[in-house]
Amino acid sequence: MLTFEEIKKSFLVSLWFIFLTFPIMVIRVNSNENTIDWRWENIAIVGIASFVLSFFWRDFFRRKKLGQKKLSKDKQKSSALIELLNSKKEIKYGLLGAIITFAIAYPFVLGPYQTNIMISALIFVVLGLGLNIVVGLAGLLDLGYVAFYAVGAYTYAILNTQSGIIGHGLLQLSLYLNDLFGTTFFEIIAQPWSFWIVLPLAMLIAGICGLILGFPVLRLRGDYLAIVTLGFGEIIRLVLENWNELSNGPSGIAKIAKPNFGVSLNSIESIPFIYFLMIFLVLFTIFVVNRLQISRIGRAWMALREDEIACQAMGIDTTKTKLTAFAMGASWAGMCGVMIAVKTSFINPASFTFMESAIILSIVVLGGMGSVIGVIIGALILSLLPEYLRAFDDYRMLVFGATMVIMMIFRPQGIISNVRSTYKIIRKQKI
Amino acid sequence: MEHENIKYFLELFLSGLTKGSIYALIALGYTMVYGIIEIINFAHGEIYMIGAFTALIVSSVLTMFGFPMIAILILATGTAIIYSSAYGYTIEKIAYKPLRQAPRLSPLISAIGMSIFLQNYVLLAQTENFMKFNSLIPEFEWLKPYKEIIGTEELIIIIISAIVMIALTLIVKYTRLGKAMRATAQDRMMARLVGVSVNKIISFTFIIGSALAAIGGVLIASYIGQINYYIGFIAGLKAFTAAVLGGIGSIPGAVLGGLVLGWTESFGTGYISSDYEDVFAFSLLVLILIFRPEGILGRSTSQKV
Repeated sequence: MLTFEEIKKSFLVSLWFIFLTFPIMVIRVNSNENTIDWRWENIAIVGIASFVLSFFWRDFFRRKKLGQKKLSKDKQKSSALIELLNSKKEIKYGLLGAIITFAIAYPFVLGPYQTNIMISALIFVVLGLGLNIVVGLAGLLDLGYVAFYAVGAYTYAILNTQSGIIGHGLLQLSLYLNDLFGTTFFEIIAQPWSFWIVLPLAMLIAGICGLILGFPVLRLRGDYLAIVTLGFGEIIRLVLENWNELSNGPSGIAKIAKPNFGVSLNSIESIPFIYFLMIFLVLFTIFVVNRLQISRIGRAWMALREDEIACQAMGIDTTKTKLTAFAMGASWAGMCGVMIAVKTSFINPASFTFMESAIILSIVVLGGMGSVIGVIIGALILSLLPEYLRAFDDYRMLVFGATMVIMMIFRPQGIISNVRSTYKIIRKQKI
Repeated sequence: MEHENIKYFLELFLSGLTKGSIYALIALGYTMVYGIIEIINFAHGEIYMIGAFTALIVSSVLTMFGFPMIAILILATGTAIIYSSAYGYTIEKIAYKPLRQAPRLSPLISAIGMSIFLQNYVLLAQTENFMKFNSLIPEFEWLKPYKEIIGTEELIIIIISAIVMIALTLIVKYTRLGKAMRATAQDRMMARLVGVSVNKIISFTFIIGSALAAIGGVLIASYIGQINYYIGFIAGLKAFTAAVLGGIGSIPGAVLGGLVLGWTESFGTGYISSDYEDVFAFSLLVLILIFRPEGILGRSTSQKV
């Protein structure tokens, strides 16, 4: 392996990268204070790192080529892990039991701080599963997914705190209706709205926003779609930031109430309740996504992903199919928005930047587009790893970016690839 | 009163022209790459940002050694162009070349990853704060009386952009290389059959596009006076809007799109509200894509099976 040729290649690569990164890695300029520091040691770091990585890079390519050859010989040999789980029932149920026990015991054993972290991770699981409908199943690259997340969060925040013009409008409306019907019944709409009403309402509103965005972008091909959704996400954020009367601008909305669980709780005591609510929502999402996948509309999404023209030729209404994908994906994001508003009791536009969309997208890419288990694992890895490896936190986005590139090149199907449902025809022996 | 109105209009017109020229410079990179390999080079905005940062670093170092202004201008711009081209070339080799045969979504996600990676690379290696960028462009004495309407920087930006765009058009139209580029854009397989080295042409397209982005980066950094690691994102998005506006894949289209976008923004902020500058650009993008997805100068093509 370590021939002279290989070493020479890697050496040239490392020279090239030393040249490439020289001004940015070595010289740090602070033009505000007119200081310059020279960090010569970075040359060595870049040189050695690129020297070593270039061996891996070439090796991965070699393996990928070998893998492709093997695959064409026996196509059936895919996703050993899932095959194993499906074939051995004891392992499958044992693992499932362990996960359930772990999930139930988690808040009682590890305390509120850890549970809070887990709640965030579970929110990312649902976000990942929601985006997976749009990107993984229907093949529509949505880079403005965070917009719907923001819509959900602000729906709950505004209706719960009755702030801004919407709060004012509701007050006026309640007074008017009370006058009209001569009751005091309509005061209820000017009170802080309950979580249990807003949760489905936010899903509905986010879904409608998905439809509204869906209409103009229907005719667009993949790459245009990506940019338009990205622009849409930015528009929503800019509006939230600048329209003070609606959203209280950059300072955000605070003092958002926790849901009412029927017992009086302070904010720490309510954490396990929110945790179990989130577990329930994750299970609900998994159930719905699984049912959707094998439904008529789910198969239409997959057909759309594989080939739009062929899909149309099969008599599938692509307009309707795309719209439902957008609306479904968006409504899960709306739900997560409500949950994040509940969890943090404070939201501002800065929590809904493009970076959030990018994180959710890398969850889907890492986990495996279209694969439910993959996305769940991807979400847990990407949201828990930075929490527990604080040193890693600074490099988080750097690693996410690199992960997206490397996954696309070497393993586009993700860590756990989606298993297509297949029918095995068992031929009866001729008598 | 009438006079004031005209002056205000002229001011907005020229600032729109300045911004539009920069958008056009960046949009050319998008359009050329799209024309040849039909992917959106998401990392293009980051190349522009790296160009601006390289120029900042070189000019600061040279100022410390006491170089004369004109030497700093030439060296900083030159280095920025070289480095941006080198980054463009390397990005193509790493993130796009292995994915030429992959489904459309793959290179796009890879490009987004590359863009996030480069942003954070500059963030970590340099700084997250806005850095002051001392203008590299000297002040013209004879332009002083008209200062309220047009500054030296604006004039220089408009002139340099015009020169660069004309040069690019000439290269693409009349040189052997330009011919090879157009052939590759039309049909990669046929171009290869008639002896065009397709890989080299693709690399070359990335290099030219990145060089244009670097020029844009240096000019706009001089114009605005400060940079940070995030400038590439919004600028890239707007340049893409410009490219789509004019018709992606078309070089005059990118220029026209850039100018239209620049004017929309400057008149929008001047006459309506300055809070929503970016909203105007993105709304324009959405409207264009709804009503004329092929762009102003683009030809509509049906998708091939």
